[in-house]
Amino acid sequence: MGTSSILASVASAADTSGYAAIIPALILIPFVGAGVIALIPRRRVELFRGVALMISTATAAVAVFAMVQFDRHDAGYQFVVRRDWISDLGISWHFGIDGISLFLVVLTGIIFPIAILATKAEHDPKPYYAWLMVLMAGSMGVFTALDLVVFFVFFEIVLVPMYFLIGFWGHGQRIYAATKFFLYTMFGSAFMLVALVSLAVLQQKAVGGPLTFDIVDITNNLAVSTNAQRLVFVGFAIAFAVKVPLFPLHTWLPDAHTNAPTAGSVILAAVMLKLGTYGFIRLGVQMLPEPSVWAAPVLMTLGVIGIIYGAIVATMQTDLKRLVAYSSVAHLGFVVLGIFSLTVQGIEGGVLIMVNHGIITGSLFLLVGMIYERRHTREISELSGLQKVAPIMAGVFTLVMLASVGLPGLSGFPGEFLALLGAFAGARWWGVVATTGVILAALYLLWAYQRVFHGPTTGKNTLMRDMTPSEFLVMLPLLALIVLLGIFPKPMLDRIEPSVEAIIHHVEVSVDGFTSAEPETDPVATDHGDSEEHAEEVDR
Amino acid sequence: MIGLLAHTPDDLAAGNFSHSVSWSAIAPALILMLGGILLLVIVSVFRGKLSSGFFTAWTVIVAGGAIAAAIPLWHDVQEDGARSEMAGSVGLDGFSLFVTGVICISVIFAALFLDGYLRREKLEGPEWYVLLLLSAAGGVTMASANDLLVLFVGLEILSIAVYILAAMHSRRVTSQEAGLKYFVLGAFSSAFLLYGIAFVYGGTGTTNLVSINIFLADNVITQNGLLLAGLALLLVGFGFKIAAVPFHLWTPDVYQGAPTPVVTYMAGGVKVAAFAGMIRVFVVTFGPTYVNEWRPMVYALAVLSLVVGALMAIVQTNVKRMLAFSSISHAGFILLGVLASSDQGTAAALFYLLVYTFMVAGSFGVATLIGRTGDGRQNLGDYRGLGRSRPGLALTFTVFLLAQAGVPLTGGFMAKLYVIGAIVESGMTVLALIAMLSAVISAFLYLRIVVSMYFEASTDSADSEEPAELSGPPVRIPKLAGLALGLALVAVLALGIVPGPATRVAGDATAELVPEVEVPQ
Repeated sequence: MGTSSILASVASAADTSGYAAIIPALILIPFVGAGVIALIPRRRVELFRGVALMISTATAAVAVFAMVQFDRHDAGYQFVVRRDWISDLGISWHFGIDGISLFLVVLTGIIFPIAILATKAEHDPKPYYAWLMVLMAGSMGVFTALDLVVFFVFFEIVLVPMYFLIGFWGHGQRIYAATKFFLYTMFGSAFMLVALVSLAVLQQKAVGGPLTFDIVDITNNLAVSTNAQRLVFVGFAIAFAVKVPLFPLHTWLPDAHTNAPTAGSVILAAVMLKLGTYGFIRLGVQMLPEPSVWAAPVLMTLGVIGIIYGAIVATMQTDLKRLVAYSSVAHLGFVVLGIFSLTVQGIEGGVLIMVNHGIITGSLFLLVGMIYERRHTREISELSGLQKVAPIMAGVFTLVMLASVGLPGLSGFPGEFLALLGAFAGARWWGVVATTGVILAALYLLWAYQRVFHGPTTGKNTLMRDMTPSEFLVMLPLLALIVLLGIFPKPMLDRIEPSVEAIIHHVEVSVDGFTSAEPETDPVATDHGDSEEHAEEVDR
Repeated sequence: MIGLLAHTPDDLAAGNFSHSVSWSAIAPALILMLGGILLLVIVSVFRGKLSSGFFTAWTVIVAGGAIAAAIPLWHDVQEDGARSEMAGSVGLDGFSLFVTGVICISVIFAALFLDGYLRREKLEGPEWYVLLLLSAAGGVTMASANDLLVLFVGLEILSIAVYILAAMHSRRVTSQEAGLKYFVLGAFSSAFLLYGIAFVYGGTGTTNLVSINIFLADNVITQNGLLLAGLALLLVGFGFKIAAVPFHLWTPDVYQGAPTPVVTYMAGGVKVAAFAGMIRVFVVTFGPTYVNEWRPMVYALAVLSLVVGALMAIVQTNVKRMLAFSSISHAGFILLGVLASSDQGTAAALFYLLVYTFMVAGSFGVATLIGRTGDGRQNLGDYRGLGRSRPGLALTFTVFLLAQAGVPLTGGFMAKLYVIGAIVESGMTVLALIAMLSAVISAFLYLRIVVSMYFEASTDSADSEEPAELSGPPVRIPKLAGLALGLALVAVLALGIVPGPATRVAGDATAELVPEVEVPQ
């Protein structure tokens, strides 16, 4: 095991210890907030939403503060905190943020207040907002955890609030959807738990010393036999594949999305699907490089199947919300393809899509929610000509939809482009097939848009209200991000890239005979100045 | 009789020896037993002048006293090491003291739930509490037995009291049926156990666990058919008591029929004692030498319990039956700790038993309250709408159910993590995977109850807030039952969030077989 830059950066993490309160704040503010909400008497109905909004906004502020304080030249973990939890098993509350998790944390911070602001609890506001806060705390925990057990704890704990959100506040077949969601994820987690315990035990047997579940420690000193590593990786991969979701483990997703309340769908798409892809990077490529190289063709194939299959099935949907849900399968396929192309561009693209998909699909679900609220149907066939009665909504929908399609200049484009670029360099034929998915995405979304917003305005559609100014204002931050990150993704890339390069470097050092492919012309390299390159090298 | 049991051939050859009777070593069992008998005396003296609250308080104080008596012994053992007492028939080690504590906790919970239950059912009387304390004394004896016959005596004291308790609800036919079923099958299993003890005696020439251990370490038995048959029969006996598949058939019927507070003790304390006996015999005594012989058998029991328990649980409609099958599945998990046959495995099993006692006490405690007068409302439908009519109770039950499913930040998760860790450490990763997948199946069962409590009563639209009422009379929560539920809730969460202290204690609670130090005359 070469001393990768990750090791070096852990040492340097002490420098940022002044901000050690950041990550505990990210997790504890919403968690304690949930307790506060639980203590408010049930009849004070008017308070819950406001309190939840305050709590989530405060958390978002901390997340943004973390982004501002983030040192973009540092490839390793920042704001690191570490406290012993269960010392006899070597489990510790170890947290840190690097370039990969930074924007997922910020995304989580932004999406929750917006989802709360844009929607209302249909009934029982107290538990609704309390669960949302628990969900927020759990998501923050997954993205910052640097201990396998802590990661697992948060990965599992988010299930419970989501289960209640779908089951109690959902529509239609909510009980079926909630149960399916819970059991699918738990099925994956069963594999993950056994895998992570095996990994820690085998690692201890290989290197001696005390048992440890520390991700950084295991990443840097991995000494488990290749075969065992591969089995462990398979365990992790099943858990993450359910969460992403990858074909053929995706069938919980359309049900969960369709039946969840709007805020639930938004958070599910924007945040929770990312837990899986994030896990693939952190516990897959970074921690188990050899098995990642070994399994890359299979996972890329599943990603590509997801892209094509998701797109085709989305085309066939008659329910607008289900259509958006299947589009997530396709988008997340691009993320997996990018990650397992094992190139700097691919992984960067993957991270970019993860964030931007959150913003775009979150917006789409909000829009679909608005339509449903007004028309009480999501059937595409019953909607038509909405453009005439709701021009502002049509405009907003157009923008978001085009971003989802991947139109250059909007935020869907850079990530998808980089992921495909990485795929072309690393695995050409997968890239070729995946590119057709871009065309299919244009097909299903444009077609749906055409059916819903164009054509004659018939029946009840004539009575539909347009977006209210307040609804528009709530959407505005998301729309602004869609445009901004489309035109100017550089600030994001600057912070993501050092960490991704460190990971790729780690993979190259760890796996004999593996060199990451690079595209012939590197458009990302031209994006930033020479000084950063030098800083990177010094760091190594 | 003790002389016959305890003396190794060496002792007999040496001739000169004496045994000091160290009463303090068996103080916890003595306190429980005398507490039970004394209660009976007090009741007969002050006939009719005592309220039923007194019985509960007495039981709680006696059980608490037994725990208090165990604490100085624990410190002794931790400092000076384990020892054998009472002519080598009682083993005083961290393990037996830990189990003593867990059994007493289970007794306290049962007593707290019994109080309100007996008032509600108009069955107040001291007998329940007396039997409970006597049974616990048997359990403690069993956990600290260093001799197979002492173990058997403990098991009988434990069981006979529980047979009666199961049938104590005199107006319910199902309770009578449960008591009879439990008695017949229990007696049957005791016979197996006794038969096994006889075979082991035939194979090794002694019933003392210390002597068996030494004998097997020193001698290789070439014709070990007798011993193996003995092991198999012992396993059948223990299998009945811990309700492992395929010896589980009595469990759902008995749990369903028996008075629910008694079930908190049956599923908790009785199982804890039976597992303690099993670990003492299989892991500690036969572990070093015969682990490869018994491991395949226990492996099969574990897999069957995990899978059958989980699968059967999800097709039930009666909540007590569901919980009965889920307790079978839990037994499978605890068997993993036994299978590991290591100090870690034992510590994991002990920690699991501790967490399990709280979870099961809480779950059956809720079932006690929902059963309402007559103790009969135990169908899934009887839980419908609990989330609205009794939000606190529903939330508490949800925590117990999620803990049983192994959701993190509850003790249930930590217990599973420890057991999985121990079994992976022993190289049985496949079994670990089977266990976790069976936990997913079980999760479906717990979700069904949650669905019934919350989702089926809620309405889709915002304004039509029709309060979905529970069918039947309202659910009342007696103060003591509420206190018990609160304690169990705090314990389950605390063991999940700060498991460190409990796991350290479980880690120190190693079971050891130490020959008695002879005092020459």
